[in-house]
Amino acid sequence: MASSHVVAQGVNHAARRAHARRRVLTKLAMGVPLVALLAVFLILPVGQLLALSVVGESGFSLKQYQQLFASSVYFDVLLITLKISLLTAVFSTVLGYPVAYLISTRGGRAKERLLFWVLLAFWTSFLVRAFAWVVLLGRHGVVNKLLLGLGLIERPADLLYNLGSVLVGMVHALLPLAVLTMLSVMENIDRNLPRAASTLGARPGSAFWKVYFPLSLPGVAAGAIMVFVTSIGFFIVPALLGGRRETMITQLIIDQIQQTLNWGFAGAISVLLLVVVLAVFVVYDRLLGLSTMTGSSSARAAGAGSSFAHRIGDAILTVLGVITDALLALLPRRRRRRAPGESSRGLSVVVWTILIVMTVPAVLMIPLSFGSGGLNWPPTGFTLQWYQDVFNSPIWMQALTRSLIVGVGTGLLSMLIGTPAAFLLVRGNLPGKGLLLGLVLSPIVVPRIIIAVGLFYFFANIGLVGSALGLVLGHTVVAVPYVVMTMMAVLRTYDTRLDLAAQSLGAGRFATLRHVTLPILGAGMMSSFLFAFATSFDELTIALFASGGLNATLPKQFWDEVTLQVSPVIAAVSTCLFLFVGALIFVADRLRRPAAR
Amino acid sequence: MAASSLKISQLTKTYGDFVALAPTDLDVADGEFLTLLGPSGSGKTTLLSLIAGLADADAGAILMEGADITYSPPYERDIGMVFQNYALFPHMSVIDNIAFPLKMRKVGTAEAHRRAQEALEMVRLPQVAARFPRELSGGQQQRIALARALVFRPSIVLMDEPLGALDKKLRDHMQLEIKRIHRELGTTIIYVTHDQEEAMTMSDRICLMNAGSIEQLGTPDDLYFRPRTLFVADFLGESNLLPATVRAVAGETLDVAMGGVVAPVGGNGAAFTPGQEVKVLVRPQNLTVDAARPDDGRVTGRLAEIMVSGSLTKLYLDPVTPGLPPLVAAFPTHRRSPHHAIGDLLAVEWHSADAVAIPCAGA
Repeated sequence: MASSHVVAQGVNHAARRAHARRRVLTKLAMGVPLVALLAVFLILPVGQLLALSVVGESGFSLKQYQQLFASSVYFDVLLITLKISLLTAVFSTVLGYPVAYLISTRGGRAKERLLFWVLLAFWTSFLVRAFAWVVLLGRHGVVNKLLLGLGLIERPADLLYNLGSVLVGMVHALLPLAVLTMLSVMENIDRNLPRAASTLGARPGSAFWKVYFPLSLPGVAAGAIMVFVTSIGFFIVPALLGGRRETMITQLIIDQIQQTLNWGFAGAISVLLLVVVLAVFVVYDRLLGLSTMTGSSSARAAGAGSSFAHRIGDAILTVLGVITDALLALLPRRRRRRAPGESSRGLSVVVWTILIVMTVPAVLMIPLSFGSGGLNWPPTGFTLQWYQDVFNSPIWMQALTRSLIVGVGTGLLSMLIGTPAAFLLVRGNLPGKGLLLGLVLSPIVVPRIIIAVGLFYFFANIGLVGSALGLVLGHTVVAVPYVVMTMMAVLRTYDTRLDLAAQSLGAGRFATLRHVTLPILGAGMMSSFLFAFATSFDELTIALFASGGLNATLPKQFWDEVTLQVSPVIAAVSTCLFLFVGALIFVADRLRRPAAR
Repeated sequence: MAASSLKISQLTKTYGDFVALAPTDLDVADGEFLTLLGPSGSGKTTLLSLIAGLADADAGAILMEGADITYSPPYERDIGMVFQNYALFPHMSVIDNIAFPLKMRKVGTAEAHRRAQEALEMVRLPQVAARFPRELSGGQQQRIALARALVFRPSIVLMDEPLGALDKKLRDHMQLEIKRIHRELGTTIIYVTHDQEEAMTMSDRICLMNAGSIEQLGTPDDLYFRPRTLFVADFLGESNLLPATVRAVAGETLDVAMGGVVAPVGGNGAAFTPGQEVKVLVRPQNLTVDAARPDDGRVTGRLAEIMVSGSLTKLYLDPVTPGLPPLVAAFPTHRRSPHHAIGDLLAVEWHSADAVAIPCAGA
């Protein structure tokens, strides 16, 4: 008995070791592709670019930095960049908050309807939206015509190329991002808490400011930092809507590369930009913790901060609550009688106004694209000429084909690399998970322009400039974090007992994957594919450098045209892109629904 | 006892410093209904997961009909499992859910569906085949999970608190259903629950677990009337545990002293010596109560509370006899129960065969 036991133990040990080895190998196979991709096409190129800033003709040199700090020009640009970004973040969160709040309180069809408009704006190309503002704010644009018609001004005002127009364009561009980020936190707030507060004697205003608002703060912070950091790396809006005094730091980098090919100086500006962005993240992490960005935890944020700041904040919220209650008390009695947690009509009006302003610029391109009188408002005549121009142009058609190929390639590659990594991050019990997650998120943190310039230098050395492969690789680097995050969210809600059940019923690993895991995850995978596709389809920064001429993608071609001249052809392309995105969101929504039946 | 279908030896599982399962031995007979019972964290679900292959053992072995399956993947074990929240595949219809294990075993579609339909009839839901799990009530989902775990005729079926999510009435009904199916199929069932009543009514044997190891393994009767430890006595059913000192030992019968009263009690199988501190277990329904007489030499107490819970009437007594804890006596509720008033001085008695001495822990 004793000896047979020993033998059995020996066999067991061998079996266990084989078992453990298989596990380690599986984990490696799931994580290595992602790590390799980011190491070769993110860390290496960016590192090279940063290194170029301190390498002169004769080794180490700080010449570039001396030039950078020699005049106040670059420092001023940095200040302008920070000012515009800060204002954009403030306006976007303030305007986005009621929208996110209303969406989070609604359910079912009403929610989907509201969300559709936010997503439509979110996915409509930055280029299309910035271009629309150029047209709307022009001397003969809708806004001037409206103001003239109302008799508010005597002759057309100069609405373009100043701080105001840049801010309008920036907030318009990034408002959807703020809404979606805040929404992810608000959706996790227990709806019963404000209700509980009201049963405990809090009037609606106090219930909101003292209970709901503090809980939603991590979302506000996350939305603000996402908008702020994206703004810092922005160039489309300031380039199209701003004047000389609204030049942002990213534009300087582009100039250095496109006009003088000065890698060293571009590298030095990149270092400056990167340091600023990282500093912002470090401050954010100190104050709130980066974990709040994923909307996973609000516990720490609630308890963070010194007790003094906490008391001040509490006092402010109390006052806000009292004021709101007093204002509500002034309303006719009939309108105050509604269940706690329910939203008022006034809020709906505000939110719909914001949503309409969010959507209208792109929509106004539709009538203009059919007008024969240029881009002046109101459109005159009817012509299909601009569409014919687009569809008969080999350049536009090639750009479209190229964008579709690169988009699909990016979607597939991101899925292939990102999905296993998401499995590993959610299910795998591995050490250094935080490190891997940090690596995955780094393409979002590092300003896109730095990645783009780094890749350009890297691709130039290995002959990938202008190739579809290079674009797919570059776009996959920036799309893969979204795929991983979407898949992680999907996997977290996935009940792993279904896999265990399948295995206990006799399904092997692959059969489980094929018959149970993938069919259930299908909708989530489809939406992350579309996410990656759309990211690539709308990507300009990398394409700006890594594609050109006949190899241009659609955004690159759009950019080249729009910086050359503002023509109705662009309005036609804008309309096509807008409708394409609308159809895409609609289809994605339809795809999702049968699974959620 | 029939041949052993599952043999577990020295099976161990730890998570870091936490010992989820201390080295454990267990034999399960063919066709037996064995219940793993215990409070949460006692190791019963860990043991079940190890048997099913859903977790890896740190040491020890699991033998199924002689074959070592300790490290076999779950899909190679011939074990069906009913999960706590059923784990029905949401994207498959009921019939596809049930046919799934058959398809995994390369049974043709037509045959698989025929047998799945049979299984549906066995759980008395033949009409829901085309529906999806979310369209069914909790009780119906439970039956589908049962049908799915049984349809491929596994030699062992594991059930992890399968009735935990159902309301009381439905639970009672499903207990009967599971017993019926067990009788009809003769499958070995290992059943996990933390509900001691459920364990008592359903099991051939109960394996009571505590803090990662087996506290006592035996028939419900054994555990209820001859608990080996105070934990078992306390966990299973309501109990009066009276501290006492052994006076004399005569075979299986002991004389014990408690608060000046000397009474004969039975032993629980352990060895006793005079002078030893013990606790005497008397179940509430084995206590008889009547008005106390002055100096009647019995355990006495004042009536503190009367509770009528449907079929049972319970009397709670504050002891007058020194050194005793509060007592509870229970008897079937009759319309004309003997009438006692709160504050009455009452005396309790029991038959010596209904009282069991249990050694105090550490003694």
